Amino acid sequence: MASLNLVQILNGLTFAALLFIVASGFTLIFGLLRIVNLAHGALYLFGGYVGYTVSGMSGSFALGILASMLAVACLGLFIDQGLLRFVRGFVLREVLLTLGVAFVLNDLALVIWGGDTFSVEVPAILRGAVHIGGTFYPKYRLFVLVLGIFTFIGLWLLLNRTRLGALIRAGVDDAEMVEAMGINIRRVFLATSMLGASLAGLGGTVGGAFLTLYPTADSEILVFSLAIVIIGGSGSLVGAAVGALLVGLLNTIGQVMFPELAYFVIFGPMAAILAFRPLGLFGRAT
Amino acid sequence: MDRRKFLHNTGLALTATATGMLAAPRIGFAQAKPIRIGLMAPLSGVVAAGGKEIVEGFNMLWEEKGNAIAGRPVEVIVEDDAGNPDTALQKARRLVEQANVDFLFGNLLANTGLAVANYVKGNGVPYFIPVIAADDLTQRESVRNVIRVAGYTASQMPRPLADWALKQGYKRIATIAQDYTFGHEQCAGFAQVFTEGGGEIAGQLWNPLNTADFSPYIGQLASMNVDAVFAMELGADAARFMKQYSDFGLKGQIPLLGAQNFTDQSVIRTLGEECDGIVSSAHFAEGSDNPETQAFVKAYSAKYGKMPSLYGFSHYSGALWVGQVIEQLKGDISDREVFIDAVLKSELANSPLGRPVRFDDYGNPIYDVYIRKVVKNADGKYWNVPIETYPAVSQFWTYDPKEYLAKPPFSRENQGIQK
Repeated sequence: MASLNLVQILNGLTFAALLFIVASGFTLIFGLLRIVNLAHGALYLFGGYVGYTVSGMSGSFALGILASMLAVACLGLFIDQGLLRFVRGFVLREVLLTLGVAFVLNDLALVIWGGDTFSVEVPAILRGAVHIGGTFYPKYRLFVLVLGIFTFIGLWLLLNRTRLGALIRAGVDDAEMVEAMGINIRRVFLATSMLGASLAGLGGTVGGAFLTLYPTADSEILVFSLAIVIIGGSGSLVGAAVGALLVGLLNTIGQVMFPELAYFVIFGPMAAILAFRPLGLFGRAT
Repeated sequence: MDRRKFLHNTGLALTATATGMLAAPRIGFAQAKPIRIGLMAPLSGVVAAGGKEIVEGFNMLWEEKGNAIAGRPVEVIVEDDAGNPDTALQKARRLVEQANVDFLFGNLLANTGLAVANYVKGNGVPYFIPVIAADDLTQRESVRNVIRVAGYTASQMPRPLADWALKQGYKRIATIAQDYTFGHEQCAGFAQVFTEGGGEIAGQLWNPLNTADFSPYIGQLASMNVDAVFAMELGADAARFMKQYSDFGLKGQIPLLGAQNFTDQSVIRTLGEECDGIVSSAHFAEGSDNPETQAFVKAYSAKYGKMPSLYGFSHYSGALWVGQVIEQLKGDISDREVFIDAVLKSELANSPLGRPVRFDDYGNPIYDVYIRKVVKNADGKYWNVPIETYPAVSQFWTYDPKEYLAKPPFSRENQGIQK
């Protein structure tokens, strides 16, 4: 009964695609700003709620995605410029501050949207299932898989083919040196914060359509993101992709084959990787 | 409490006693003193939405009564148990030892209820639990002062559904449930009756609470070759399961049966057609054409802008039930033993169910249980409509209570399955 088949592997891959979208933003901020942004999960959930509201009111899924990315990018801007600016360089304070922001955002969401479970409305073209390999598979999940791949390609091009990308990469390696070269590193930080946050917003709306939105969805996605970044190494895009694939597939394998050990299957390997490669699979010492 | 109202009531009572209009001065005293009720509900944490509805349903009844019963003013003190047993215990202590409440009410999650039940076992404070459904609280480990007014036992409700499923000709069923006591017990009630009637349980899946992605489970259910699936999920898990079941195209192919919380208003009020047509069983159905049920649903919707969930209904009815007993005792609940006896012997009348409800010998109510189907109502909202009724279903179904209690309690391993 507990066998892995095409459907289960696709389940793992599509879940991994969503996790990658969320974790790529997390790893960018973690790698460049050296901040473990514990509000990232809350940004995901908040973005999801905004996407749910906007797409519900306008009837357009695309508009919902745009609105959530924009709204959460603004939140990212506010967190960076309005709050983190004052504690820059104090790691513990930064982490505590983002944790506080997470609590505030969650309570705010509870006040605005209540505790009911919502799911983002998907356009008709993505509803239903397609026939592959003798079974039916939901179109929407395949869309998430494709979106995840496009996000990876887009981010890879941005990081490796543009000036901003070069600055971000240089900043990940040595921020002080970049500043010494006459580059305004603060502006690069800001752009990264907003980009990372908007990816959380994108994940919220896209994930909210099949994982649904509810209080505590934020901490669940945050735990997965943390695992991915730790496995992949902070600041590494390829690391985030490999980490997301590992976590997504292990999650499915765990639930199907070892249901009692579902979480151990993910976090056991994470602990092992930490023991032998403290910086993650693709992390580099700075 | 409103100070002016207090003075007013006190004044009235004193005058009444002084002028000799009331025969017993003791009743005069009782009228002046407010009845203090401690209500605990999870207002933060995972099940905060349900907790809010507990408070809403409970308060609605007292507001209808003008915040007074049998001439005594009623004070409700609400505490947040945060869905956490430690917090629940701490709040129960505070309510009893500092706020001096006459009795306790509420809680949502079984573990919080068990923590409080364990505490009141020692001091005899009456504790009413309209939602805490753990089987053994009215079975092997019943506590006299822990009473399930307008509540139910976990395994009680799915049994009629199993019987109904057999009548539909379903032979092979798979179950999926949340991996904790409430899930184990509800699933067992279903599996026991279904297999005793000749059905086969093809497999049982247990998902952890708050499963983000159900697709691995749904993939397995699809390949089990079953006539129907029985699902016991509550809260966000229920919504997600229905959504993904429908996304995978299983909806319409394999009929979906649910435990009562699965299609509760607290879940389906935000859902679309993915919940359409799901069959479940419960003592309350907001879509029943009973005039008293409809009057309640209308009043609740007008007040809170949404149809009542099981949580709101249960606490409204629980408060109503205890209120009726207090009226019967003319407001004198100073003797706890007399109060508890009176509750256990009483019958709930004029409730939103539209039929009287009484306790069995073990302190668990006996209900007419509906088989319900989710359909759209005239306003275009989904609700549960009864399609069949099983009269007088007790927590022991058709078994002899003594024989039943001699068997071990249900667990994940002991699902009562007849091989």
